Amino acid sequence: MADINGIFPAVVIAIPLLASVLILATGRYENLREGVTITAASAMLGAVLLMLPGVLAGNRFTFTLLPMVPGGDFALKVDAFGMVFALVAASLFLLNSFYAIGYMRALKEHAQTRFFFCLAVAIAAAIGIAFSANLLTLFVFYEILTIITYPLVVHVETPEAMKAGRKYLAYLLIGGIFLLAAVILTYILTGTTDFVAGGFLAGSGSALTLQILFLLFMVGFVKAAWMPLHGWLPAAMVAPTPVSAFLHAVAVVTAGVFGIVRIAGWVFGMDLMAMLGLGTFLAIIASFTIIVASLFALAEDNLKRRLAYSTVSQLSYILLGVSMLSIAGMTGAMAHIPIHAFLKITLFFVAGAVIVSAGKERISEMKGIGRKMPVTAVMFAAAAIGICGLPPLAGIISKIYLALGAVEGGVPFLLLVIIISAVLNAAYFFPIIYTMLFETPDDPKVLASVSEPPLTMLIPIVLTAGVSVLIFFFPSMPFMDLIEIAIAEITHQVLP
Amino acid sequence: MTIINHVPVLLVAIPIIASLLILAAGWYDRRFCYPIALITILSQFVASIAILLQVLDGGTIHYHLGNWAPPLGIELVIDSFNGFILVAILLLAAATIIYARRSVEKEIAPDKIVSFYVLFQLLVTGLVGMTITGDIFNLYVFLEISSIAAYTLIASSRKPHSYVASFNYLILGSIAAGFILLGIGNLYVATGTLNMAELAVMLPASYHLATIHSAFLFLMIGFSIKVAFFPLHLWLPDAYAESPSAVTVLISTVMAKVSVYALFRILFTVFTTAYIIDSFPVTGFILLMSTVAIVAGAVLAIAQEDLKRMLAYSSVSQIGYIMFALGVANEIALEGGLLHILGHAVMKGCLFMVAGMIIYRMGTSRLSDMKGLSKTMPISCAAFALAGASMIGIPPTIGFMSKYYLVLGAFEAGLWPYAAVLLIGSLLAAIYIWRFIEIAYFGDPHGADHNEEQTQTAEREGPLSMLAPMVGLAILCLLFGIFVEVLMQAVGPAALLLLGGA
Repeated sequence: MADINGIFPAVVIAIPLLASVLILATGRYENLREGVTITAASAMLGAVLLMLPGVLAGNRFTFTLLPMVPGGDFALKVDAFGMVFALVAASLFLLNSFYAIGYMRALKEHAQTRFFFCLAVAIAAAIGIAFSANLLTLFVFYEILTIITYPLVVHVETPEAMKAGRKYLAYLLIGGIFLLAAVILTYILTGTTDFVAGGFLAGSGSALTLQILFLLFMVGFVKAAWMPLHGWLPAAMVAPTPVSAFLHAVAVVTAGVFGIVRIAGWVFGMDLMAMLGLGTFLAIIASFTIIVASLFALAEDNLKRRLAYSTVSQLSYILLGVSMLSIAGMTGAMAHIPIHAFLKITLFFVAGAVIVSAGKERISEMKGIGRKMPVTAVMFAAAAIGICGLPPLAGIISKIYLALGAVEGGVPFLLLVIIISAVLNAAYFFPIIYTMLFETPDDPKVLASVSEPPLTMLIPIVLTAGVSVLIFFFPSMPFMDLIEIAIAEITHQVLP
Repeated sequence: MTIINHVPVLLVAIPIIASLLILAAGWYDRRFCYPIALITILSQFVASIAILLQVLDGGTIHYHLGNWAPPLGIELVIDSFNGFILVAILLLAAATIIYARRSVEKEIAPDKIVSFYVLFQLLVTGLVGMTITGDIFNLYVFLEISSIAAYTLIASSRKPHSYVASFNYLILGSIAAGFILLGIGNLYVATGTLNMAELAVMLPASYHLATIHSAFLFLMIGFSIKVAFFPLHLWLPDAYAESPSAVTVLISTVMAKVSVYALFRILFTVFTTAYIIDSFPVTGFILLMSTVAIVAGAVLAIAQEDLKRMLAYSSVSQIGYIMFALGVANEIALEGGLLHILGHAVMKGCLFMVAGMIIYRMGTSRLSDMKGLSKTMPISCAAFALAGASMIGIPPTIGFMSKYYLVLGAFEAGLWPYAAVLLIGSLLAAIYIWRFIEIAYFGDPHGADHNEEQTQTAEREGPLSMLAPMVGLAILCLLFGIFVEVLMQAVGPAALLLLGGA
């Protein structure tokens, strides 16, 4: 357990930033521009992987970029939990880049240079959030992520998209202001905003103040899309599918839940949260969101929107895990971040592939599409089963931990929530699988010209689904190992 | 004494000579005007940096004009506070003069170009004089020099509206000047001195006198008009919107900031915090009005259909932020306020330069005509987006840093509801900045336009001499934010100085 000081974490963030400049410069030459994206994504993943052994050995990489303002330097720190997010973001970004290139070219989308530029900056911001050493640095990257994803959300530039974009900005910017207030309040109370494993707020203010502070943080991390502050996420579905994948799996919502787990484990600490009764508060929000969002998903016929509500529901699993304030619950929460990301990105990739190959967005129009694009449809089925929590996919791992946490914490009510939600998940996913694979189209000619999507899209789909299976068979490498270290940190256990 | 010791006076004397030189040279050939003005202002800028470094290193510089010791003679005083302001305004003046050449060729009648540069030079000189003088009456004189130059410059546009704008400003500016002069007179009656340092020493004995209270109010009202502190901002939108682009940039950045400087200087170093907090508690009122200004200015900005007018109302709102620092009057908030003086000058300068650039190419500043502008003027729109992000307070720009300090200061003083207003203000800023972004980046130039006539879109970017300073300022928004610690080396001591510390 040592802090290794060095510029390396900053390099990881600098790679996509440099790439964004190159993307602008090479915008006219498509192949060169896409080459820059892929090279940068690979290099970034490589750089993250280089740090992985060190983190697994219990070390932390730290780097102070600049002194900033009272309340926090502009500083980075790579710990086990940050590494989880960074690994998810970097690996999915590489796959998403391939997919995006295939998608954007197949649909001949406009303004592709802007699109890839924004993606590159956004991933830099996401990695920055993962590596932030204090609240202030996290806030800086969080706001950059908000702004730079806006052009992606409104990419199609229709009046509907502009409206969705305004909604997106309104939610996230207002959230950002709450977050800033929370950060400043934390600084006023304690004189620091540096993350400390196990929390540093204890005893710094009255119970009411700290409860309000937690509420500010919750509203601040509106990117976690908990109900009733979830409206921006389904609205943002107007964006091209690679953007949806980016929002739902790679970076944006992940940043939101990452933030909440960070706050729970590294700012408040589980003991303090239990003392303040925040676990109950969080459990109510999470249970409500899980059930209600699943019901919303049932009612949606548009595949991407159904997936969006599914995300809203699944994200609250993570909040539910945090709310249990136990080791098993926290483990489940952290494990659900990578697991949900890999499963959900597969689903979005498939939704996009159907749009590219068949031009269909409505589930009711997808009858029998699996006969024409069997690999794609099977991958969808696999990922959907994973989300429902069935083996042999990764989804079951986090659910087991969550269920354990519910039992351990003596709140069987939460177990009920998990069970109901699993039923609802099946209720909104299985009909899609059935429609795609087993039904026959009303008019066979409709699907005559439909085929599998281009390989740049198909391979990422297979890979993300494959990783979800791999996580099931080899959970420890690397995610559960990292999570174990992170849990040990915040509970001050000594690792064997 | 070497020449270095005389830099303070040269900072004012040389430009005055230069303005006469411009007049003479322009009489011979109009083309000489611009280089003379450019060289003068650039060398002033370099000199100001040298002075600031010297002040930070060796302490306050006192320069006695003609070796007459105060209180008899006039004294120039440069400390960390006005040294910082001096660098800030000359940075903006330098950017503006580079920007001005092509803009002026387009917007001002050729036969008026000579007088334009003469007045431009005089305006900058007057403002520099206001900044460095240690004598309150001298400050008034320089204020009048700069104001008269400004009235004339505003009217120099070819648009008839600019005369009205100029006249409005002339009337209100003269009322302000009248108040200020009355205030100075009262101070002189009560103390018998006009030297600011000496006033600060002698005033506490007469804090209870009605003369002093009225002097304070006269000065306060006068300068509130000059800085356009809501609701005394009525001259500002017209003056900013109707004047030529280069003039707008100069008065919205340099001139506005010097007026703010003068207000800070008088409130904090002549009257000191002891007076404005204890003897004549005015900070609470200022705080209240500043929050009103922040919200009202931003709401009015949202309602505008014209880009320059929108930016003008945004200035009203942003002045509120600076006055907020004055109202909180603790160290962190003042640091934020001082940062915002520089930061707002840089970002607003950049935004008005973009507006000027659009006028240069399109001849209009109506927002609805700018649909899809980013396709033909990508650099200008990107600069606007960057400076706009700073205006909203998106990290890591300078706008975020100054707002962070302000909110932190307000929190520390326990003024939570006021801090909330600051944050709401930045949301409102997001709304008006975003209107332009939406129109310029995502608006369709050939979209459903019900007007018969096809609107004229710009075909390409403006000339390099206009692009360069604009892009430079946009990048500074970012650099100042990232390297805010460097600025704090000047701002920190300045804030302490205002509070009566070292």
